Amino acid sequence: MVGIVGYGTQIPRYRIKVEEIAKVWGADAPSYKKGLNLNEKSVPCPDEDTATLAVNAARNAMIRAGINPKDIGAVYVGSESHPYAVKPTGTIVSEALGACPYVHTADLEFACKAGSEGMFIALHLVKSGIVKYALGIGADTSQGAPGDALEYSASAGAAAYVMGADNLVAELIDTHCFMTDTPDFWRREHANYPEHGGRFTGEPAYMKHVSGAVRAILEKTNIRPEDFNYMIFHQPNGKFPVQMALKLGFKEPQFRHGLLTPTLGNTYSGSSPLGLAATLDVAKPGEQILMVSYGSGAGSDAFIFKATKRLDEVRNLVPLVRKQLDEHKIYLEYGQYAKFRHKILKPE
Amino acid sequence: MEVAKHWRETPERYRLEAGKCSKCGKISFPGRLICPECGYREFVIHKLSGKGKLDTFTIIRTAPSGFEDLAPYAVGIVELEDGIKILGQITDCDPETLKTGDKLVAKFRRINEDGKTGMIYYAYKFVPDVGI
Ligand SMILES: [Zn+2]
Repeated sequence: MVGIVGYGTQIPRYRIKVEEIAKVWGADAPSYKKGLNLNEKSVPCPDEDTATLAVNAARNAMIRAGINPKDIGAVYVGSESHPYAVKPTGTIVSEALGACPYVHTADLEFACKAGSEGMFIALHLVKSGIVKYALGIGADTSQGAPGDALEYSASAGAAAYVMGADNLVAELIDTHCFMTDTPDFWRREHANYPEHGGRFTGEPAYMKHVSGAVRAILEKTNIRPEDFNYMIFHQPNGKFPVQMALKLGFKEPQFRHGLLTPTLGNTYSGSSPLGLAATLDVAKPGEQILMVSYGSGAGSDAFIFKATKRLDEVRNLVPLVRKQLDEHKIYLEYGQYAKFRHKILKPE
Repeated sequence: MEVAKHWRETPERYRLEAGKCSKCGKISFPGRLICPECGYREFVIHKLSGKGKLDTFTIIRTAPSGFEDLAPYAVGIVELEDGIKILGQITDCDPETLKTGDKLVAKFRRINEDGKTGMIYYAYKFVPDVGI
């Protein structure tokens, strides 16, 4: 039996509201809010990046796991905003946790699916018996081009998972993937902002891959949508995951706890892992959770977890997701936001 | 900042590792070769909790190169639960609202970078301990 031994998250303290962005570009805020089911998004402080969010999330995960960092055999950080083009984020995280030097690492990149891929690898390295514990982390400080629809949603956050074979807070029931080569979204080397295929991002990309992964794992495990207590889909906005969930036969009480986008935005690699963390924050022993990521390019990873009794014992050792999301927020005006995100050209 | 110097200080900067004298128990941060209390030369690693309260601070309004985007920000001396005092930058807050005695906690943050192509320096900073 393998699964999650500890989980932890970090969400920046800063926020910007949809109205504040729309005001600058002369856009209609109510239609963006309604169309995207999005009210505000998190913004990283200038001294936060994917590495710092990953470390702070992983430290929380380690407190819940209660393990010796020297027992970690692998660390995988998935992100599309690694601080360096060449030099791993995983080395920084491993060193900060005190896991070095007997630890495997390499950074992962697959748009918003890199975090869940890290979780998949971590779970299966443990299952193979090669390592005792492994970390899978999804972290991003993503950027949308000024004025682009993505600017309203691209946000920052991280979720970290310590995977192991004992003292589980959630047992892994099964996993399944669905992946094809689909050019719905990309960013070339040295480009500051991504480009996307507009309407192409919906039906042949998100919808096809998420539903493909869901159908495959339900068939493989012979579990029905109504058998799950909770479900989390990747959240590029607040609209896609809700539409998709309802279409596949899930109901609002199942996705309510994991749907964070309306006040968080899209944390890319952190998105469905953060939704899973928010769900673990409320799940009771024995309850079943379905999590499905989505990354442009394109693919989805589906996971089924079952909460254990230990979840109740470790939950309150570190801040819950809703607390990080709802409390002590600091709102930015667009000018401060532009400075924080280095959107202002300064003399060299 | 210098790459090699930063790298040598990784245990302190990344993990808040202090040295605890094996004879008298005095904690030194950063670690020392000779105990300032008893002169002993053997130490064990002591990981600082990172939690403490603000002892004294100043607000930097004209920031040095590389820190401009954060100004105004506070730099303060924090008295940790471990009983020792350490210096650190304070982030994630309006520095005007800080007061001595405030509860703070260490987080892992970006300190500075060598321009757009150079090394990125990470270390601890303090943030208000508000439970997030
Ligand atoms: Zn001594």
